[in-house]
Amino acid sequence: MFWQQLINGLTLGSTYALIALGYTMVYGIVQLINFAHGEIYMFGAFVGLFLVLTFKVNIFIAILGAMVFCMLLGMLVERVAYRPLRGSSRLSALISAIGVSIFLSTLMVLLRGPNVTSYPSEVIKIATYNLGAIEVSSLQVVILVTAAILMLGLELLVHRTKIGKAMRACSQDLDAARLMGINVDRVISFTFALGSSLAAAGGVMVGIYYNAVQPYMGVMAGLKAFAAAVLGGIGSIPGAMAGGILLGILENLGIAYLASSYKDAIAFGILILVLFIRPQGLFGKATTKKV
Amino acid sequence: MEALLQQYVDIYVLQIMVLIGINIILALGLNLITGVTGQLSMGHAGFMSIGAYTSAILAVNFGMPFWFCLLAAGLMAALTGVIIGIPTLRLEGDYLAMVTIGFAEIVRVVFLNLDIAGRGLGISGIPGNTNFTLVWVLVIVIVLLNTGLLKSRPGRALYSIREDEIAAEASGVNTTLYKVVAFAIGTFLAGIGGSLYAHYLTYISPQDFGFMKSVEYLNMVVLGGMGSIPGTILGTVILTMAPEVLRFVADYRLLFYGGLLVTLMIFRPNGLLGDVRWVDVKHTWARLRGRIPTPSNSSDG
Repeated sequence: MFWQQLINGLTLGSTYALIALGYTMVYGIVQLINFAHGEIYMFGAFVGLFLVLTFKVNIFIAILGAMVFCMLLGMLVERVAYRPLRGSSRLSALISAIGVSIFLSTLMVLLRGPNVTSYPSEVIKIATYNLGAIEVSSLQVVILVTAAILMLGLELLVHRTKIGKAMRACSQDLDAARLMGINVDRVISFTFALGSSLAAAGGVMVGIYYNAVQPYMGVMAGLKAFAAAVLGGIGSIPGAMAGGILLGILENLGIAYLASSYKDAIAFGILILVLFIRPQGLFGKATTKKV
Repeated sequence: MEALLQQYVDIYVLQIMVLIGINIILALGLNLITGVTGQLSMGHAGFMSIGAYTSAILAVNFGMPFWFCLLAAGLMAALTGVIIGIPTLRLEGDYLAMVTIGFAEIVRVVFLNLDIAGRGLGISGIPGNTNFTLVWVLVIVIVLLNTGLLKSRPGRALYSIREDEIAAEASGVNTTLYKVVAFAIGTFLAGIGGSLYAHYLTYISPQDFGFMKSVEYLNMVVLGGMGSIPGTILGTVILTMAPEVLRFVADYRLLFYGGLLVTLMIFRPNGLLGDVRWVDVKHTWARLRGRIPTPSNSSDG
């Protein structure tokens, strides 16, 4: 039972991790909690659905298509709603993010109605594998492997490429990076694009896994992924990965061993606990603000 | 008084006025926390729900008199505010926003699962003690108290925390203490507002107090002007009436809302009457009436 929950939690946690990465990368560079990120994830799920329904593609093409679309959407949002506020207070950017979040979710309701739709079952062949007492479905395998590949790709990008170096430089000190000749605007756009594409992948996978896609799915997932990012240490990429997976596992264990009706509260309980005990998160550094 | 009003004013208008009054109380509470002290609280609806449920349970299950329920609601909300606030507000940064989001969600889930709170069905049959007179007398009292607070030395301390927390601390302001007190007062008002809300609608359920509700109150403070009491009142009036006025574009209302927030932040981040205080309003009124000369080059108030 425990191991089964572990596998389920790992699967769910991988999707949280993908979304959390977007939060953490953006926060690391511009100190903005991108409240609209959950809506990007939701858009990803819908775009994937659209591709599957219209062009009868398989899960991988759906994920790819959603990633491309949301990459552009994320960049657009940054350009329109966040860049003009780069010099203003953090509160204004936060509130602008909330505005975008409301706008996007309402837009989807207008486009597709508020009801729950689901992916047709032909998108992936379901097979179950039995390892002893645990059942693993092929869908779970796909999710785990895809998430792992994406996260590995991200790590390589951040640590082995020039743009990755630029991202790391910007998150350390934006002004110094600018002085070093880094085109900060482009790096920020790129970061948003990257985070959004990962969230989109997560959206498609969750949409298929839970067989439900609705315009408000981004709200809860966004809040929980945010909790995961804080748990891992907001601003830290390995932190977001660890936080997401840990949160998924804890949530599943909580459902199994505590009351399942409180499952939504588990994520937030962890969030509050982390903020009280170790506000910088698992992988974050305790920073002191200097004048 | 009530009957007198009902003779002259359409009952529908009266109902809107009551709702506006309740929202003003809640928005002023949030204004104190977020607008004046600069601590973004995204869980105002959570404290409102604590007040609403406390009041409802005391009234329905224990038959307590209304004034008791009202007071208990405020105190309960303030108590939870202090419990949450103390560990959080000693940190600098956006932590309060994160914690309040989480807290409001936890509160919602707890009430969804508590038997005494009626679980998913909520509580109905709450005695309808809220009427126009009560609400607006409270509004006037609260506005006066708030204005007095913000003109005083502690009020200036709160503003200073918003402006530059490190400088305030260095100037001898006990920032943690002031932040917690502001948070306690703000959540107290949220509890009062929640109780009035419960006794007005006579029915509450966990769905009434979701994240979007917190966002609505934040909108009222932001639109009207953060830190400004007349601004907050203006924002509340506009946004409470908007759904009624814009009923014909009901589906697009939220689209408009979201776009409004973004546009507002880009072009007028301080809201419509940002940082305008009563003294400024009185000044402008006096100027318009020719009582005092219009300054030629100098800046106003």
